[in-house]
Amino acid sequence: MYVAVKGGERAIANAHAWLAEERRGDPAEPLLSVAQIREQMALAVNRVMAEGSLYDPDLAALAIRQARGDLIEAVFLIRAYRTTLPRLGSSVPVDTGAMAVDRRVSATFKDLPGGQVLGPTFDYTHRLLDFAEAAAMDPAPLGTPGPARVPHVTAILDRDGLIEPVAPDDTPAPDLTREPLELPASRALRLQALARGDEGFLLSLAYSTQRGYGRTHAFVGELRIGRVPVEMEIPELGFAIQIGEIELSECETVNQFKGSRTEPAQFTRGYGLVLGQSERKAIAVSLVDRALRWQELGEDDSGAPAQDAEFVLSHCDNIQATGFLEHIKLPHYVDFQAELELVRRLRQEANEAAS
Amino acid sequence: MTALTGGFADPAIQSAQGFRVLMQAMARPGTIHDLALAVPPAPLGRAAGTVALLLADPTTPLHLAQGHDAIRDWLAFHAGCPLVGPDRAALALGRWDDLLPLDRFAIGLPDYPDRSATLIVALDRLEAQGARLTGPGIRDQVSLSLPDIAPFRANRALFPMGLDFILTCGDRIACLPRSTVVEDA
Amino acid sequence: MDPRRKMPAKAPPPNERRDWLSLMARSAPDRLARVLPDLPDHDLLRAPETGNVMVQGRVSATGAPFNIAEMTVTRCSVVLSCGTVGHGHVQGRSRSHARRAAVIDALMQTGAAATLTPQLRAMEAEAQAATTERAAKAAATRVEFFTLQRGEDT
Repeated sequence: MYVAVKGGERAIANAHAWLAEERRGDPAEPLLSVAQIREQMALAVNRVMAEGSLYDPDLAALAIRQARGDLIEAVFLIRAYRTTLPRLGSSVPVDTGAMAVDRRVSATFKDLPGGQVLGPTFDYTHRLLDFAEAAAMDPAPLGTPGPARVPHVTAILDRDGLIEPVAPDDTPAPDLTREPLELPASRALRLQALARGDEGFLLSLAYSTQRGYGRTHAFVGELRIGRVPVEMEIPELGFAIQIGEIELSECETVNQFKGSRTEPAQFTRGYGLVLGQSERKAIAVSLVDRALRWQELGEDDSGAPAQDAEFVLSHCDNIQATGFLEHIKLPHYVDFQAELELVRRLRQEANEAAS
Repeated sequence: MTALTGGFADPAIQSAQGFRVLMQAMARPGTIHDLALAVPPAPLGRAAGTVALLLADPTTPLHLAQGHDAIRDWLAFHAGCPLVGPDRAALALGRWDDLLPLDRFAIGLPDYPDRSATLIVALDRLEAQGARLTGPGIRDQVSLSLPDIAPFRANRALFPMGLDFILTCGDRIACLPRSTVVEDA
Repeated sequence: MDPRRKMPAKAPPPNERRDWLSLMARSAPDRLARVLPDLPDHDLLRAPETGNVMVQGRVSATGAPFNIAEMTVTRCSVVLSCGTVGHGHVQGRSRSHARRAAVIDALMQTGAAATLTPQLRAMEAEAQAATTERAAKAAATRVEFFTLQRGEDT
């Protein structure tokens, strides 16, 4: 039952005014500009873009400021905004082989063609807070530009037939933003859901597979971060043009596989591709992707959470999760009144039975 | 050049205005409404062209019965909808005779009756006389000139699955959703 | 505007047009504004419109396509008083940027190309220089392995 009530308008207006004041903080401190957030909090911006599922660094930076740094609230703002945009079309699938790489490492091959490129990584830092305030960095010494195309490492294993082949496939991609999730979900649909999933949730799930809950024996075959052009066919032109450039993190794991009832012993793959520089998430997605593939590879269901597509896909979206979780703080006066009456009646009945 | 003109001058406002008319027409089956916001190339009527722009976008595959290059280019620019065969179409656009037989179009599934086609039909005549329409959205009954009776009766029998029709003639539209019962006058 | 006006007789080679459209799509609004600060007379065929484009990737880079996420794109189509049509698609949400790109696309199909081309080339060279600089920074973080000791028994 629903009961319509009025009131609280003044309280809400005052709450919003105070929120604006708290958001601004001490007015003696200069206001953060959107450009400052975009440039200096770039990884927070990347996370909001990835989970908000919309590539627009300025919007993500604005959302972070408006949300007072609450990244899930910022993701919520981006998701709400994107619903106001008409869909102009779909891009041609991006070619990550043509990525201008900032970072590219492999844990499986030391001497990979093109080399190991560390990029702007936190790895090998000492994780010591720098109280001296990060000093101006020395300009990097000039090296030679990388090759135009950077081959994927797994192609090396593919050449020897030691890894499962990737068959060319042009099945149109299902779209979670247009059709509700249906199970069983294809790998393409799972990868879309994981790409916009919550980083923390996916990190924990991926970690659980490493600790034995659906173990997949993963190595990072290759992790690369860089920029790729995005192309789209324009009907009125009759050809494809670049409509922009985005930053992506891509991870492919190489997983030991002893063979199953249907597949020979070989290496198998897990794959993750997410917006922005976001390698923790790209690795997590590829581990979870691999764990979810148990059925098609003829592996056993060990009952691990990461193997359960329904569990993973239904709970990885932090906006769905926070919406349902936080709604219980909103008025439930009537529901609770009914519960209260039920408890009172049960106690009364129990008392009467006892006396 | 005509392929690039005749779209909505102010898409946000005109789409909302046009959609309101279309919703009203669908909610009151058989009633005739003016709807001529777009100027499509001949032989497509203004009402049919307007409905196409209101409903079609890159995610709604459209079947263009009786292919026509000018209309094809116009739809590509203003709506961006993929053109497909009848079996894959979410929308179909054409003259009544060219849309037949109707069993080529998707009627939805028992679990998802919405996965069915909406047909935008160009007619030479659309007047409030002829077949007797009753059902949801109709107080007593309304009369509407229909090109035929039997196909609409067969469509009604599929309910809750079936096709929905947007009948157009020049600048005017009337709707015939699957829920409407059609009888001879 | 007369909708029956003819297209210019000589269409530019599609690959050149693709290149300048792609360059403008990735450009910063204020940088493109320096190429053509004041727009000549034109009519709108499609008013500037911001929307999203679903970006696709492929499973394991080469397999079946899947949807990664959306990106913001703004588009616009114009016709010059001479009848030449231009289309602009740019990354982001700037309507004036998309409109300017559409006007430049149209002008590039006319005699104005002679003066615009060197400016677009300069813009392209700047973009290329930025890419090269970034690639150089990445190259400076390439790992050189040194063999300290081989574990072979002698």
